[in-house]
Amino acid sequence: MRKFNRLTVFGFVVVAVMACAALFAPFITKHDPGAIDLQNGLMPPSAGHIMGTDSLGRDLFSRMVFGARISLSVGFVAVGISVVAGVIFGSVAGYYGGWIDSIISRFIDIMLCFPAFFLILATIAVLGPSIWNIMIIIGLTSWMGVARLIRAEILSLKEREFVEAARAIGASDFRIITRHLIPNGIGPVLVSATLGVAGAILTESGLSFLGLGVQPPVPSWGNILTEAKSTLGIAWWITVFPGLAILITVLGYNLLGEGLREHFNPHRKQ
Amino acid sequence: MVNFIIRRLMGMVPVLIGITLITFFVIHLSPGKPTRLQAEMSPKISLEAREKLDKLYGLDKPVHVQYWEWVKRLSVMDLGKSFVDERPVSEKIGERIPITIAINVLSLILIFLVAVPIGITSAVREGSAYDRISTVFVFIGFAMPTFWLALLLMSLFGVNLGWLPISGIKSIDFEDYNLLEKLLDLIRHLALPVFVSAFVGLAGISRYMRTSMLEILNKDFVRTARAKGLPEKQVIYKHALRNALLPIVTIIGLSVPGLIGGSVIFESIYAIPGMGKLFYDSVMARDYPVIMGVLFIGAVLTLIGNLIADVMYAYVDPRIRVSGR
Repeated sequence: MRKFNRLTVFGFVVVAVMACAALFAPFITKHDPGAIDLQNGLMPPSAGHIMGTDSLGRDLFSRMVFGARISLSVGFVAVGISVVAGVIFGSVAGYYGGWIDSIISRFIDIMLCFPAFFLILATIAVLGPSIWNIMIIIGLTSWMGVARLIRAEILSLKEREFVEAARAIGASDFRIITRHLIPNGIGPVLVSATLGVAGAILTESGLSFLGLGVQPPVPSWGNILTEAKSTLGIAWWITVFPGLAILITVLGYNLLGEGLREHFNPHRKQ
Repeated sequence: MVNFIIRRLMGMVPVLIGITLITFFVIHLSPGKPTRLQAEMSPKISLEAREKLDKLYGLDKPVHVQYWEWVKRLSVMDLGKSFVDERPVSEKIGERIPITIAINVLSLILIFLVAVPIGITSAVREGSAYDRISTVFVFIGFAMPTFWLALLLMSLFGVNLGWLPISGIKSIDFEDYNLLEKLLDLIRHLALPVFVSAFVGLAGISRYMRTSMLEILNKDFVRTARAKGLPEKQVIYKHALRNALLPIVTIIGLSVPGLIGGSVIFESIYAIPGMGKLFYDSVMARDYPVIMGVLFIGAVLTLIGNLIADVMYAYVDPRIRVSGR
C-alpha cells in the first residue's frame, strides 16, 4: 500500500470532521439553531456564542453546524443521483455502441452546451425551490462527466476476455453490464464523485445565497450568507464563518478526490 | 480551412435542435400552465380572459404543435413578450447581452494573461517553493465560492476602504464626464466583477497549463532541442510553449458555459445590468418567456464559444484540419 501525501490526509480529516459535525449536530451545540433572541441580535463572537449571533439573535455556531447537515446531504444526494444517471447512460452507450451510443453521446453534448447554472435556475423557476428539488435538479444537470467516464471504461473493458467468457456461458446483457463491466469500471467514477460532492456543495450554496435554494428558516451555509450582504461592515462574523466553512469543506473534498486519483493512477511518477 | 468550418457548422445543427428541445421541455415541466401565473397576479381576471391568454401563447394546442410554432418564431428571432413589462424578449436580452459578453471577454483575457505565465513557471520549476505555493493557490481557487469572494471584496474595497464603487457599471453623473473620466469610471466599476468572474478560471487554466507544459517538457523534441545546445529560454518559449498552448485553446472554449453561468452570481451581487441579472430577475418573477429566451441564448453562446475555440485550434494546429475530426 502506497502512502497518501499530506494534502490528501488533510482533505480526509476535513471531510471526516465536517461529516461528524453534521451527524452529531445536536450534541455539539447547546443552542437551538432556530431560537430567536432579538435582545441579543448581531452579537460578536463571545464565550456564550462562539461565532456570534445573527440579526435575529440566533446562535451562528449552531446554525453553521445544522447547516452542515443540509449542505452535506444536498451534496451527497445530488451526487448519488448524478452517479446513478451517469452510470446508466454511460454503460448503455458504451456497451451497445452504434446508434444508441450516437444518440446518448449527442444528448450529452447538448446538455453540456447549457451553462449549468442557467439550466438549474430555469428548472427551479418552474418547479419551485425546495431541498428535494435542489438535490434532484443538481443531480440531473451534472451526470454528463460520469457518463463519459464510464462509457470510455466500458468501451475498453467489453473487448476483454472475461466479458467474452461471460457471454459464452450465456449471461444476459443486463448481467454482463451490472456484474462484470460496472464493477470493473467504477473506480474513476468514485474518484470523480468525490470531486462532484465539492461541486454540488458549491452549487447549493450559490443557489441558497441567491434565495433559490434551501429556504429559511432551515439553515444552510449559503442562505446564512444571504444575510451577510445586508450586514456587510457591521457584522464580519456572519460573512466570514459560513464562507470559510464552504471553502474548507470544498477544499477537503477536492484534495481527497485528487489524492485518490493520484493514488489509483498506475502511471504516476514515484 | 473553409471546409473544416463548414463541416463544424453542419455538425452544430442537430445540437441546436437538441437545445431547443431541452429548453422547451424544461419550461413545460411546470405542473400548471405558465399563463396561470400571469393570471394569478391579477386575481380579477375572468375565465374567458384566461382562455384568451392561453390562446395568445398557443397553450390550448397540443404540445408538439406548441413546440413547432415556438421554433418557427425562434427562427426569426421572435422570442415572445415578457410577462412583466410586455416588451419583446429579444429586445430585453439584446440590450443586456453586450455587457455580459464584454465582462466575460475581459475576464478571459485576464485569465489568459495571468494563468499562462503561472502555469509555465510552475512547470519549469516543478517542485520548487513557487510551484507549491501556486498549487495551493490553485486548490483554494477551485474551492472558492464566487459569491463569497464577491462579498469579501465588496466589503474590503467598497465598504471598509471605500476605494471602489459596489454596484452598477457607471456613476450617476457619467454623462457629464469627459472621455478619460468615463473610461476610468468604467474600469473602477468593472474591476471587481471581472476579477471575481476570472478567479475560478484562473486556477483551472493555470493548472491545465502546468500539466500540459510538464507533458511537453518530457517529449523527445525538447530533449533534442536541449541536446543541440539551444539556450533554455529558447527551448521553453519557442519549442515547448507553442505546443503546450494548444490544449489550452480548447479548455478556454470549454470554460465559456461556466463563465456565462457564473454571471448570474456576480451580476446580481454587484447589480450589473447584464444577462445574468436579467435571468435572475426573471427567475424571481417567474417570467417564463424571458427565462426561455436567456436559457436558449446562453446555450447558443456556448455553442459559438466552442466553435471559435475549434476554429482557433484548427488554425494553430494543421493536424486537426487535415485529419478532419
